[in-house]
Amino acid sequence: MAEGKKYETPKLDELEKGAWPSFVKEIKAAAQKSPMAAALLGQLEQSYNEKIGHWKHGGIVGVVGYGGGVIGRYSDLGDKYPEVAHFHTIRINHPAGWFYTTEALRGLCDIWEEHGSGLTNMHGSTGDIIFLGTTTDQLEKVFSKLTALGFDLGGSGSDVRTPSCCNGMARCEWACYDTMKVCYNLTMAFQDEIHRPAFPYKFKMKMAGCPNDCVAAIARADLSIIGTWKDEIQQDDELIKKFADEGLDIQRQIVSRCPTRCMDWDGKKLTINNENCVKCMFCINSMPRALAPGKERGAMVLLGAKAPIVQGAQLSSVLIPFIDLEDEESWNDLKQLLENIWEVWCEEGKNRERVGEFALRVGFGNFLEAIGLEPTPEMVAYPRDNPYVFYQTAKKE
Amino acid sequence: MAEMTVEQLADAMYEMIKDAKGMKKYKATDLQKAMAERFGADKQACKQAIRLLMDSGRCIYTYFGGSYIEIPPDQPATP
Ligand code: SF4
Ligand code: SF4
Repeated sequence: MAEGKKYETPKLDELEKGAWPSFVKEIKAAAQKSPMAAALLGQLEQSYNEKIGHWKHGGIVGVVGYGGGVIGRYSDLGDKYPEVAHFHTIRINHPAGWFYTTEALRGLCDIWEEHGSGLTNMHGSTGDIIFLGTTTDQLEKVFSKLTALGFDLGGSGSDVRTPSCCNGMARCEWACYDTMKVCYNLTMAFQDEIHRPAFPYKFKMKMAGCPNDCVAAIARADLSIIGTWKDEIQQDDELIKKFADEGLDIQRQIVSRCPTRCMDWDGKKLTINNENCVKCMFCINSMPRALAPGKERGAMVLLGAKAPIVQGAQLSSVLIPFIDLEDEESWNDLKQLLENIWEVWCEEGKNRERVGEFALRVGFGNFLEAIGLEPTPEMVAYPRDNPYVFYQTAKKE
Repeated sequence: MAEMTVEQLADAMYEMIKDAKGMKKYKATDLQKAMAERFGADKQACKQAIRLLMDSGRCIYTYFGGSYIEIPPDQPATP
């Protein structure tokens, strides 16, 4: 591909300075080969000067049969920067846990250098592999090459967004369930819902192997599955003592920082009142190997997080306090729960209303009843502010 | 009422979209609800009908702050 027109970019150049990786540097590198990337620099510099964005998005999306995976993007300065007049984004379903062979990565890059700007975002906040910038006539070609390589498009629009997970059991001793297996299974089970938008708005699913929640499920996903355990924190007293001997002030740095004050340190022995532990992971993160999640591991299913869009940001609420996701039955329960949620939300949800906003609008108690779940104490997010207690005026005899 | 085939549902949806063209955009849920109301169609049959419309190219998905089902324009749509 030919080198594009060169633009003066004094403002963008500033962003190349400093110790951090710079997207400007990468776009400039791509511009050596791609006129699209070169024009992008010109338009971006103009945006920085004017403090105005010049992208419009939407319109026709996807390839034949699909309603997600392509985000139509157009420049309103198409006459000045014709190379980026169409600059569509393609979302590609990433492998669970983001594991690739170098061969697969090279294959992806080859496709994109041939049919797009060559610029990628690995990975977008949805988790997907993002290809940035191509024209409408290239979409089907990219799609057919991607499928030949074993990849498929991800979700976008009012559909199930590409499920994503932490790399859990593949690399992390704290994983309480197999996040990658659950992520893969959910992705395969709901292909139709990922590719054919049929919801009031987007629906994100994220799986974290433990309460550290490295994928920020509790803040970002409409359905979060977060690893947890039922029994006691595993404790190796020898190693705890070693931490103390090496200078860790266990009383001050660990015990007094436990949010529920459920730990006790007598100078030799750490005692945890596990009934009052809220599994925040703080002590476990602070003394790796000396402490670890319990042995009876599984996951908690939560609903309704979102970043601020129509209304403010919202964290998830508990739906299922514990599910082991190992046997067929619990797996079917999860799928049925999702079907029930979608059924109610599609029937009653407003356009562009996230499922968490919908549940709040109709009342969590009503929502639970509609999806067939009994309220449990673990669902109470704020004690003494309990939305599940209903007072009824006594009828007069 | 005799049960509608998937093809008949697809035709009914197509007519609905065509009649509203330029005035109103429909989402998949709008079409499903309309088919359930008019013909007692179930969700699964509606999903198949939408799939038929898409795979045949009679309709396309568009995005304008949400995902809609529309008849393809002669020219590519821009927002
Ligand atoms: S969320 Fe937990 S299990 Fe997953 S990678 Fe992070 S620390 Fe490990
Ligand atoms: S996990 Fe958190 S709540 Fe539980 S004992 Fe450790 S610090 Fe306390």
